[in-house]
Amino acid sequence: MAGEAPALFARDRVPETAPLTASVPRRFVEAAETAIRHRDPDRFALLYRLLWRLARGEPGLLQVATDPDILRLSAMVRAVRRDAHKMHAFLRFRCVGTEAPGEAGPAAHYVAWFEPDHHILEAETGFFIRRFAGLRWSILTPEASAHWDGETLRMGPGGTRREAPAEDAHEELWRAYYRSVFNPARLKPAAMRAEMPVKYWRNLPEAREIPRLIAEAPQRVAGMLARGAAPPAARRQRPPSRPVQPMPLPDVAETMPADLFSRIEDPAAALTALRAELMGRNDLPSWTAASTQPVFGEGPLGAALMFIGEQPGDEEDLAGRPFVGPAGRLFDRAATEAGIDRSAAYVTNAVKHFKFKPTGRRRLHQSPDAGDITYYRPFLKREIELVAPGLVVSLGATALRALTGKPLAITRVRGEVIEAPEGFRIFPTVHPSYLLRLPDPAGKEREYARFVADLAAAREMAERPGA
Amino acid sequence: MELRRKLEILADAAKYDASCASSGTETRDSREGGIGSTEGMGICHAYAPDGRCISLLKVLLTNACLFDCAYCINRASSQVPRARFTVRELVTLVLHFYRRNYIEGLFLSSGIIRSPDYTMEQITEVARQLREEHGFRGYIHLKTIPDAAPELLARAGRWADRLSINVELPQEASLRRLAPEKDAAGIRRAMAGLRLRIDEAREAGREAGRAAPPRFAPAGQSTQMIVGADAADDGAVLGASATLYAAYGLRRVYYSAYSPIPDASATLPPQAPPLLREHRLYQADWLLRFYGFELEEILAGGEDGMLDLGLDPKLAWALKHRGRFPIDVNRAPREMLLRVPGLGTRTVEKLLSTRRQRAIRTDDLARLRLPLAKLLPFLVTADRQPRAGLLDRADLRRLLAPRGGLAAAARPRQMVLL
Repeated sequence: MAGEAPALFARDRVPETAPLTASVPRRFVEAAETAIRHRDPDRFALLYRLLWRLARGEPGLLQVATDPDILRLSAMVRAVRRDAHKMHAFLRFRCVGTEAPGEAGPAAHYVAWFEPDHHILEAETGFFIRRFAGLRWSILTPEASAHWDGETLRMGPGGTRREAPAEDAHEELWRAYYRSVFNPARLKPAAMRAEMPVKYWRNLPEAREIPRLIAEAPQRVAGMLARGAAPPAARRQRPPSRPVQPMPLPDVAETMPADLFSRIEDPAAALTALRAELMGRNDLPSWTAASTQPVFGEGPLGAALMFIGEQPGDEEDLAGRPFVGPAGRLFDRAATEAGIDRSAAYVTNAVKHFKFKPTGRRRLHQSPDAGDITYYRPFLKREIELVAPGLVVSLGATALRALTGKPLAITRVRGEVIEAPEGFRIFPTVHPSYLLRLPDPAGKEREYARFVADLAAAREMAERPGA
Repeated sequence: MELRRKLEILADAAKYDASCASSGTETRDSREGGIGSTEGMGICHAYAPDGRCISLLKVLLTNACLFDCAYCINRASSQVPRARFTVRELVTLVLHFYRRNYIEGLFLSSGIIRSPDYTMEQITEVARQLREEHGFRGYIHLKTIPDAAPELLARAGRWADRLSINVELPQEASLRRLAPEKDAAGIRRAMAGLRLRIDEAREAGREAGRAAPPRFAPAGQSTQMIVGADAADDGAVLGASATLYAAYGLRRVYYSAYSPIPDASATLPPQAPPLLREHRLYQADWLLRFYGFELEEILAGGEDGMLDLGLDPKLAWALKHRGRFPIDVNRAPREMLLRVPGLGTRTVEKLLSTRRQRAIRTDDLARLRLPLAKLLPFLVTADRQPRAGLLDRADLRRLLAPRGGLAAAARPRQMVLL
């Protein structure tokens, strides 16, 4: 160029231009850094044009996904990234020298031949250094080579396939693996070629197996189908040395006399039997199949206070323990403030399984209906009988309904002691989850204080037996 | 037995597990010692002619098994040859393969031998040796034995990136019939336990200043369900998935079409795998997780609890809810754009970004290489309305149903070679 028009430059001094300062989005710089590795010679012109457009009046250009220049830029970025990703995936090292068993050892040198589509080798050496920092390796490509000695990287000239080792002792094992993981009944060669294009095959040691695997697949499948079911092996695998399956629970409801439990003297044993009965029931409400496990009560028998909530929530269902979720933690705090020794109280729920609706990554609590409450009621009644507390505190409407059999409004009966038909005393208050749901902080604080006061009143009442 | 023969038997025994993901774990590399790296994105190092990715060395430690699950090639009563790797053999094999860049790491499972605890110990020992004795920083996925002791699971989570327990069948009754030694309730309890530990480790990692609990499976847990081995319909399969995602925070539920095995059980005779059904379930699973669809909506696209095999589930839904269309590509909210057949999550983001700058016209859609024939009946662009009456045509389904294409590609068939 310079030689063609000396006069032009001799006459007019090239104007001294200030270095171009243009503000462009960081995203453009990142995309340009990637796209510039594309092999298309037009990439420089495209990037310059985009720089110009971004700096001169089209600052929002990158957001216009349908602009032809942006489409071309995205296509280039995608192509370079894909090339890099395929290099990470399909490059195969072959070992020269000897590996110590287990360790690579200093005598081993790992050499790969790879043919990328774009100018990516230098940019991708970082990936191989991070992955194989302790190995000595070389990557040869037609355009350039990279050599890592365990400490420093050296870039060198391009090479040919012949300079890389022709084979590796482990390739036979790798091919055996490749053949064995293939399922002939799922033959989908087009899907394979879409992800592993044929152009890579000549450098993949396992690819030579492909034609035979495809060709033999139909007969292999036909063979399996024709053979049909096989008779069991004469010499079966050794049976379990210990039962690996929990013993089936007796169907108490059907096979045991109804008065069995009332004859069990020890209340702890009776509680265990009650759990076993619930777990063995085959008439549970159908929604319980989606729950993890039934959640039973916890606490000492003969506790002065027995608290009854609605049903286990998400965390209770996962942990298999009552009152461990957000509402349970709030309850613990309030109980402590009310002077209740939490470890001396018995806590349980009216319904023993978590009822929910799955929504994305969460389970949405669903209130138990009258049928659910009725189903679990005998279990709850029996639990109360065995725990034999000084006072039963019902938290929320479900618990109160389960205890009284009637839908009572908490607001009406809150703090009044109700006599259960079975003779024990019920102290109704709200469920702690009600406090969690209150929107405004002032109301929340007020209701929390009232809840603590309720719990304190219940504690005092329990300390005055027979009142 | 020769190592190659063992590898053949134990890889063959493992291949019915669909999972091969190596993504989503913490970032680490070997610059401070050891070997290997994980950088978030999974890498598929090869593809088999079944179209499946080969990312991890997926093998069983042994295919001997005490359990007699009818669908499984390794069941106790099967006549397949049995083999067992020693821990040392397998560790060395992983390292040799890894150094040659064949794999991202190991996916190890096992038949149940002696006892669940013993089996889990053996599996975990492989991971421990790789991590502790060889500084292996690659990916490790361990299959978890649900009945194993909690402290063994804690150890497994310390070494593994991902843990998984297969629920195998969507319904408890089928599991009782086909896998009598497995315990559905125990499987759910084990998954719940894993979730609590995974969450605890993750949350502690976020909170500064608090002593972190031991590392636990940073890539989370996944599971697999076999499709077509029992009578469960798609509604039951997807309902089970929805619950699993919501309850146990699973990264993935894999669907595996029940496939003929060399030595099938008389309880479950070999049959051609329902690959298209499997494909539709994956599509529906995606709609549930990334497109804001409710299970009931997806099922409404099909009939009697089964998805429409002839159409992708989004198109099937749209054809039954034509009253909601056409929608304006320049005005509709993201949630509605995601419901347009032929628009994926990435395309929707591009459209939202573009329309903030300029109105979207039909040729813009063409330039994005979108399937116009499928899209245009449902969309209004700046310069085009769908033809009057098009959405009401009784034969719209026939016009839009793919002939060949995806539906045909998803079916197994003999191909003309290369």
